[in-house]
Amino acid sequence: MGAIFWKEMADHFGRRRFIFLLALVLLAIIWALSVIFGTVQDAASSREEFLFLKVFSSNTDVLPSLLFFISFFGPLAGIILGFDSINSERTQGTLARVLSNPVHRDSVYNGKFLAGLATLAVIQVSTILGIVGATMASLGIVPDGEEIIRLVGFAIVSIAYLGLWLAVSMAASIFFRSTVVSAMVAIGLWLLSTFFLILVAGAIADFFVGEIVDQETAIEHFNMETWISRVSPSFLFSEAADTLLNPTVRTLGVFLQEQVPGLLSSPISAVQSLRLVWPHIVAMISAVVIFLAVSYTKFIREEIRS
Amino acid sequence: MSEVIIETEGLTKRYGNFTAVESLDLRLEEGEVFGFLGPNGSGKSTTILMLLGLTEPTEGWARISGFDPTRNPLGVKRMIGYLPENVGFYNDLSGRENLQYTARLNEMPREESDQRIEDLMDQVELSAAKSQPVGQYSRGMRQRLGLADVLLKEPKLVILDDPTLGLDPAGVNWLLQLIQEMSKTEGITVFISSHRLHEVQRICNRVGIMSHGKMVLEGPVGELIDRQEEGYQLELEVSEVTPELVQALDGLPTVDRCVVLGNTITLSSKDQVRPIAMAAIQEHGVELLQMQSRDRSLEEIYLRYFQEG
Repeated sequence: MGAIFWKEMADHFGRRRFIFLLALVLLAIIWALSVIFGTVQDAASSREEFLFLKVFSSNTDVLPSLLFFISFFGPLAGIILGFDSINSERTQGTLARVLSNPVHRDSVYNGKFLAGLATLAVIQVSTILGIVGATMASLGIVPDGEEIIRLVGFAIVSIAYLGLWLAVSMAASIFFRSTVVSAMVAIGLWLLSTFFLILVAGAIADFFVGEIVDQETAIEHFNMETWISRVSPSFLFSEAADTLLNPTVRTLGVFLQEQVPGLLSSPISAVQSLRLVWPHIVAMISAVVIFLAVSYTKFIREEIRS
Repeated sequence: MSEVIIETEGLTKRYGNFTAVESLDLRLEEGEVFGFLGPNGSGKSTTILMLLGLTEPTEGWARISGFDPTRNPLGVKRMIGYLPENVGFYNDLSGRENLQYTARLNEMPREESDQRIEDLMDQVELSAAKSQPVGQYSRGMRQRLGLADVLLKEPKLVILDDPTLGLDPAGVNWLLQLIQEMSKTEGITVFISSHRLHEVQRICNRVGIMSHGKMVLEGPVGELIDRQEEGYQLELEVSEVTPELVQALDGLPTVDRCVVLGNTITLSSKDQVRPIAMAAIQEHGVELLQMQSRDRSLEEIYLRYFQEG
C-alpha cells in the first residue's frame, strides 16, 4: 500500500488541479486579511478576547465568514481529489495492470484514500497556519494555549469534513465508469445536502409539527429542523466549527429565556467545547466509514476488464 | 515430469443467461508456449481474467502453480506477468517511472530493480525513450514497454492478451521473436491469446481454439492438422465437365467428396489422389487446364470455427 500511497501523493501535488487547491488556500488567506482589517481590528482595539478565533468566525459587511468559505469550498477540494480516482485508471487501462501485481484491491483503494486525505490535511493545515500567520503579522499578537487547542480541534473537524467528500467522490468513481458522471453525481450530492436539505428541513418540520403556537411547539419545531439539517455534512460541520471557534456557545439545543439568568457569562473551556462537538466528529467519521465500506464491497468483487 | 503451471477444471463464467466460458479444462506445463486462439468474444479474455483472479468463476476451478486465484490472489500474482489487451500506462510518467512503480508494487529492492529496468529497456529497445512520458509513445512502443513491465518481476508464467493487436508486421515479428527467446532462455511458460492464428502459430508448442466459450480443438499444431478427417484437397479445372467424369472421380478410392463449381471440380480425400485423378480425366478425353493441390492448414481449421462464429 505504501507504493500506491506515495505515487498518489506525487500525483496530487504534481497535477494542474493542485494549482486550483493552492489558489483556494491563497484566497482563504486574502479573505482572512479582509476580515482582519474589516472587523477584527476593531475588536482588537477594544481588547476583546479570542481574536484568532474571531478571524475565522466573524464576517464583514461584504463577506461572509471564513467558516462559510471553508464549508462551501472544502467539499469541492475533496471532490476534485477523488472523483476520477478509480474510473480514470479503469479507462486508462492501468487498473488491470496494477491489480495483476501482488497488491490487494483494498490496498489500491486505501492507498488512494489516504493519499487524498493527507493532501487535504496539508491543504487545510496550511490554510489555518496561513490565516494564523496573517493575523499575527497584521495585529502583532500570538495565540494562547486555549486558542491553539481550539484551532487544532477545528483542523480535525474540517479535515474530517473534507475527507467525507473525498470518500463520497471516490465512491462515485467506483460506481460510475465515466469521470464526468461521477463528478456530476458528487457535486449533485454536495448541492443537495448543502442547500436543498437545509431549505426543506424547515418545511418538513412545518408539516410534522404544524404551526408554532406556543413555546412547546416552537422547541419541537426547532429540534426537528435541526436534526434534519444535521444529515447535511455542511450543517454538521458549521455547527461543530462554530462551537469550537466560539467559546460563548454553551449548548447546541434551545435554551429558554428563563434559563439565561442562571448562566455564567464567562466563556467555556476548550475541552468543554470539544465535548460538545464530539458527536459531530464521530458522525462525520462514521459517514466516511460508511462510504468507504460501500465502495469497498462494490470494488472488491468487481470484474476488472481492460 | 515438469511442473504443472496452469490447471483448470470445468471453468465456467456466466453473465446472466450468457455463458462466456463453458466448462474449460486446461493444463499447461512449465516451459510451454501455448497459443489460446479464437475470434473476438469467444471467451479468451474472460478465461484470462479468471486465471488472474480479476473475476470469479461461476463454476469450476483454476490453479496457477497450485494456487487458487480467487482465494490466494497475491500468491498467483507474484508469479504471473500479465500484459492486458490495450495495456495502459500512466501517460504523464516516463516509461522508466512506470516500470519503477511496478517494481515498487512488487516490493523489489530499489537498486536491484533500477538495474533490471535499465536492462529491460535495452532489451525491448526503448533505451532512447525511457525518460519520455508514455503519452508520447507509439502503439508499438507501449506494447514493448508492456513486455518489459511483465518481465520485470521475473515471472514464472507470462499471460499475453492479444499482444500483436495494432502492431505492424515488423513489430509483430520482433515481439514474437522476443517472446520465443524469453521462453527458451529463461524457461518461462507463455500463455498467448490471439485472434490471429498465422502470427502466433509458429512460436507455439501447442494451441487451443476457442469458439463460443468452448475449447473446440486443442493439441500440438502438427497433430491438429493430422487429426482432420479430410486429408487433401485437389482442385481441377477442366475444359468440360461431363456427368461420367464426375462419377468416375467420385468413385476414386478414398475420395469422400466431389464438388463441382463451373468448370472446377474439387476433390476431398484421405490419400493423395492426384495421379489417378489425372489418369481418369485423360480417359474421358477432357483437357485438364489447371490443377492445384493443397494441404489442409491450421488456418483452414481455424477459419471453419470462425465462420461458425
